[in-house]
Amino acid sequence: MSEKLLEIKDLYVSAGEKEILKGMNLSIGKGEVHVIMGPNGSGKTTTANAIFNHPEYQKIKGSISLEGEDITNSKTDEIARKGVFMSFQLPEEIPGVSVTNFLKYAKNKITGKNVKIFEFKNELQKNMDELGIPKEAVDRSLNVGFSGGEKKKNEILQMLMLNPKLAILDETDSGLDVDAIRTVSKGIQMYKNENNAVLIITHNTKILKSLKVDYVHILVDGKIVKTGSAALATEIENEGYAKYKG
Amino acid sequence: MSKSQIEDINRNIYDIKNEDNYDFKMKKGLTREIIEELSKQKNEPEWMKEFRLKALDVYESLELPTWGPDISELDMNDIATYVRPKSKLNSSWDDVPEDIKKTFDQLGIPDAEKESLAGVGAQYDSEVVYHSMKEELIQQGVIYTDMETAVREYPDVVKEHFMKCVPVYDHKFVALHGAVWSGGSFVYVPKGVKVDIPLQSYFRLNSPESGQFEHTLIIVDEGASLHFIEGCSAPKYNKVNLHAGCVELYVKDNAYLRYSTIENWSKNMFNLNTKKAIVGKNAKMEWVTGSFGSKISMLYPMSILNGENAKTEFTGISFAGKGQNLDNGFKVVHNAKNTSSLVNAKSISKDGGKCTYRSLVRITPNAGGSKSSVSCESLMLDDISISDTIPVNDIETDDVIFSHEAKIGKISDKTIFYLMSRGLSEEDAKAMIVRGFAYPISKELPVEYAVEMNNLINLELEGAIG
Repeated sequence: MSEKLLEIKDLYVSAGEKEILKGMNLSIGKGEVHVIMGPNGSGKTTTANAIFNHPEYQKIKGSISLEGEDITNSKTDEIARKGVFMSFQLPEEIPGVSVTNFLKYAKNKITGKNVKIFEFKNELQKNMDELGIPKEAVDRSLNVGFSGGEKKKNEILQMLMLNPKLAILDETDSGLDVDAIRTVSKGIQMYKNENNAVLIITHNTKILKSLKVDYVHILVDGKIVKTGSAALATEIENEGYAKYKG
Repeated sequence: MSKSQIEDINRNIYDIKNEDNYDFKMKKGLTREIIEELSKQKNEPEWMKEFRLKALDVYESLELPTWGPDISELDMNDIATYVRPKSKLNSSWDDVPEDIKKTFDQLGIPDAEKESLAGVGAQYDSEVVYHSMKEELIQQGVIYTDMETAVREYPDVVKEHFMKCVPVYDHKFVALHGAVWSGGSFVYVPKGVKVDIPLQSYFRLNSPESGQFEHTLIIVDEGASLHFIEGCSAPKYNKVNLHAGCVELYVKDNAYLRYSTIENWSKNMFNLNTKKAIVGKNAKMEWVTGSFGSKISMLYPMSILNGENAKTEFTGISFAGKGQNLDNGFKVVHNAKNTSSLVNAKSISKDGGKCTYRSLVRITPNAGGSKSSVSCESLMLDDISISDTIPVNDIETDDVIFSHEAKIGKISDKTIFYLMSRGLSEEDAKAMIVRGFAYPISKELPVEYAVEMNNLINLELEGAIG
């Protein structure tokens, strides 16, 4: 196995009174693409939020580490600065802050130094061209009035610009048409290299077709019940989760 | 995750106090003798002294407002109405006394003059200490001077306009202003003259337990245009200070005036200021206002659209922190056919601060074909802050298009989480959301002022800096 990037050990997480993750284990190495699939309510989004130490989720037990460093109780922004990114199911709208200014500011924070404007603009333009995002779109306020597809593309643009070590894509493909899914896949391929990793959380196997997936995990009732190769996703597509449920 | 504490503002440069090193400070309180002494100190013509005394009578006859924030803490017996700095009026910064010059240097006024202004006035306590304007504007007949000079040198124009737009009967603090006014600016732009670069007056109140009562009178004659900027600040003292300025704007037919203000008073200030514009046919009046600081603010700029096709726009933001009650808004009277008004008011409150948007839209029976669109939006940064909207709409004709929209919102935890997942700290995230919220106003300001406004927002949100 390649060098470890993310390691989740025996993680128990609850939201309010409700226990959601019940002994989750997950290990992601550099250069790998992982997929978590599972029925509604199995804890997929909770896993993503738990990695980012979302304040509404309480960690009861277990640990999360990134490159060997414990991040179980780190603040969300510290985790982001250590190199974790998440593409949101429902990205938030920020009126009055343009996509360009937001990205510049976020990149300054993530890298800890001021971006070089010329380089930044070139890189932004290149990524937008690849993703088919029109020029004027980055002057708009972040996510304000964006269609569902535009928001998801923008999340992928952010991933490319912020260049994290680990990108978590939470249902990034849900509700997208075929063309948009293709764009998202393209973005992932552009991002992916030997030193980073992708964790895709999805219901849908379409997005997996054009990606080289290393591991598929089936999450049921807060635990990973089966790990396999890309073939496992095809099996789920044909047969559903019935045989893994209680 | 524990919510990080947002500290109260570190106002750094704004809070630099100079020694209260005046040439003359009037004893506190308000009597006929004090007014007569003030008039004598200022060496004014008799008519102005009579005007002041008449205004004092009106002041005594009027009651405090029965609505809005409680201002009973303000005791005029504790306020010195006139503080003359140890400086005459200068036209070169080099001649301004060192301590006063240093204050304005730190506020960036002389630099701004060099870089981006056509003229500058600077008032320190009760008197203007510096005034200058570019030579080409003088040659075009533009007048920009302190109000005292205008009273002496242009008595006819001043008599015709002074406190005619804002009569002393308007309310108690206007009457007070009429009695004790001092300093301020007078601008006259002749017919057809376009002043492309802004003029700016800066008002600095240094002396504790005193009041600032500057009078600004601007006449933009037919077909002329002007952008005027007003900046205000004061250091913090434990005792209350009072600002009761008065701004009178005459925008004649086909003329254009933009009046931009960044008020950044200390939090012991009662800001009871009055601003009004009379707008002629086809003329346009634009207000851009950022209201920061002060303990209590009651400020409702007003446009009276008296000529057909007259237009006005108001773009303003208020920011209330702990212990602040900012009762601000806008008033417009549509008094001629096909006039229009557009209002975009925003407020931010945090740490128990209170912002009220109080407005009046009056459309008279002879204003058929008029349009008025009002939008006000409030943002509360926590659960203990207060935001309120009190609109009065008095529409006396059916032939109008009128809309009023009010939104009150809070910063959601989801939005903060989203931004933190992009590497922003909680404070950075809040500041970004607030700056974005204020952007429709800051984009209307000249770039240096937009920067200043963003800095003020950051200061309010981030607490101590560097």
